[in-house]
Amino acid sequence: MISLAGRDILHTWGKFVFTGIGLGLLIGVTLVMAGVYRGMVDDAMVLLDNSGADLWVVQKDTQGPYAESSSLYDDTWRGIAAMPGVASATDITYLTMQVRATNHGEPRDVRAMVVGIAPDGPGSAGWPPYLVAGRQITRSHYEAVADIASGFKLGDTLQIRRNRYTVVGLTRRMVSSNGDPMVFIPLKDAQQAQFLKDNEAILQQRRRTAENPAFNRPGVPGLLDAVIASQSTNNYVNAVLVRIKPGYTADEVAAPIRRWKRLTVFTRAQMQNILVNKLIATASRQIGMFMVILAIVSAAIVAFIIYTLTMDKIREIAVLKLIGTRNRTIAAMIMQQALALGLIGFAVGKITATFAAPLFPKFVLLMPGDSIAGFFAVMVICALASVVAIRMALKVDPAEAIGG
Amino acid sequence: MAAQGIRIEGLKKRYGSGDTAVDALKGVDMEVAPGEVVGLVGPSGSGKSTLLKCLGAVIDPSAGRMTLGDAVIYDQGWKARDLRALRRDKIGFVFQAPYLIPFLDVTDNVALLPMLAGVPNAEARKRALELLTALDVQHRAKAMPSQLSGGEQQRVAIARGLVNRPPVILADEPTAPLDSKRAMAVIRILNDMAKKYETAIIVVTHDEKILPTFKRIYHIRDGVTHEEAGEGRGFD
Ligand SMILES: Nc1ncnc2c1ncn2[C@@H]1O[C@H](COP(=O)(O)OP(=O)(O)OP(=O)(O)O)[C@@H](O)[C@H]1O
Ligand SMILES: [Mg+2]
Repeated sequence: MISLAGRDILHTWGKFVFTGIGLGLLIGVTLVMAGVYRGMVDDAMVLLDNSGADLWVVQKDTQGPYAESSSLYDDTWRGIAAMPGVASATDITYLTMQVRATNHGEPRDVRAMVVGIAPDGPGSAGWPPYLVAGRQITRSHYEAVADIASGFKLGDTLQIRRNRYTVVGLTRRMVSSNGDPMVFIPLKDAQQAQFLKDNEAILQQRRRTAENPAFNRPGVPGLLDAVIASQSTNNYVNAVLVRIKPGYTADEVAAPIRRWKRLTVFTRAQMQNILVNKLIATASRQIGMFMVILAIVSAAIVAFIIYTLTMDKIREIAVLKLIGTRNRTIAAMIMQQALALGLIGFAVGKITATFAAPLFPKFVLLMPGDSIAGFFAVMVICALASVVAIRMALKVDPAEAIGG
Repeated sequence: MAAQGIRIEGLKKRYGSGDTAVDALKGVDMEVAPGEVVGLVGPSGSGKSTLLKCLGAVIDPSAGRMTLGDAVIYDQGWKARDLRALRRDKIGFVFQAPYLIPFLDVTDNVALLPMLAGVPNAEARKRALELLTALDVQHRAKAMPSQLSGGEQQRVAIARGLVNRPPVILADEPTAPLDSKRAMAVIRILNDMAKKYETAIIVVTHDEKILPTFKRIYHIRDGVTHEEAGEGRGFD
């Protein structure tokens, strides 16, 4: 027996190829969407991995530092470091903002997550674990290490609030859960950047404090100065990253910190839950909706084209039935054509997605497992889409071939 | 007459029921021997197509008995089980329009029938080529139907009707689109094939040109047949 579907496809290959390409572009978009979601999850995982922490200690009853804002006194770490099972406790600040590179012709703004890292040296929690160029921060002020995705180069000058920083090192795959590249600067600088007010505001605040008789008492010299000094120093951080000693479990170490320090502590698993299930949940539902729509559109296209191709063959189908072709053979012919269309579409889609993925601004992670699932989804959709055409073909009366 | 060929006794066909019922066939008797070609003529609405559809096993008669080759198809309400296989093995169809499958080449259009019956591709193509040679279109064996002339297409269609060596061929206006020379050629081919393969052939026709070639002609009027002797003049 010959393949009726195959022969028909060869005979009308133009229609098949062009429909296949159209379908393929849709499938490509769908695969990229799945890749965007995977990229978001991966960014979150990388964020957690590269922070080098086992526990995240944040302000009580917040889901900081990534999903909600959190602030702690910057000496909180001392108490935590003394708790049982704690190997190290390190302050860290995170601030997402526009960072401006100023030395290369036109000033260039990049949305980045500025990370303030404690001066504990490379290898400690919060520091970029590896560099692709340059060196780690060695001075306590005005040096920066940037993620290569920011586009900054070694030696670039970055403007963060009022201060300028020199890029001394470049790292990679250090991104926020939004996919923004990270820029690491010393903790003190970062605290300033996050909490320091501009000159005008400071003057205003000083004036108001001075006008408040409670602070500016004639008989108490030095009180006003002390109050103003305390107002203008910032001693907050967003979180304390904790590493635990070997032999302890995360929960074992976290429990006493929660109890005695009255702080919220997240383990790696809980943090992952917050990032993946809460922070990017809406985005992933959004992507899911798009994928459903794309699947419906693809199904409609396949159904429509297979239906028209079958309509064009009604006469031939009547003749095939008259000369004794089984219904099964005719149904198989139509179904195989739909599957062939899906095959062409998937191949085109996979190629499109592979070449298009690097062009997207956010990280797109194409997982082989998703491709395989996508392939089966396409095949199932095509098979279902051919049902309408098959039903019509089976209703064709062989008597029609004889005519009136 | 032997149990071969076509044998119809008291065949009736009623379309619909009640007030709107139409009695298209009111008792048709017909016999065509193996190797014989008979004409079937009648005015519009007389029941020709209905008779052909009953014979072609695509509609069920309401009453009567019908035998094709050695197979009883209908007998007073009883009917053969696998009409589809019966159509494939016992009946060759030739239509007014050739109705070739546009996506198969000439050889496979003909070879498809034995293939459907489970004959291996190579053997099926060999049989097809044999018939195409007998019908003198073997030089177009690799062409697609759309590349053939009308006459060539009709010969390919005849080859398709014959390829499974059915005991019966039903031809519905096979010469209508052809000029008289080509029409004669088709009738000659049908007669040759009938002799060569012991096939019983019914040709439904309005075509004045070919009527004189039949030895026997069935006239059908208001669902009833009358047999007449034809001129049986031959084909030149
Ligand atoms: N499916 C049907 N339902 C009801 N009546 C039908 C049906 N098919 C045919 N008829 C009627 O049966 C009668 C015979 O029709 P048939 O098609 O057999 O005629 P015919 O001899 O082939 O005519 P023509 O030469 O015009 O093709 C006509 O009166 C027709 O209206
Ligand atoms: Mg008719």
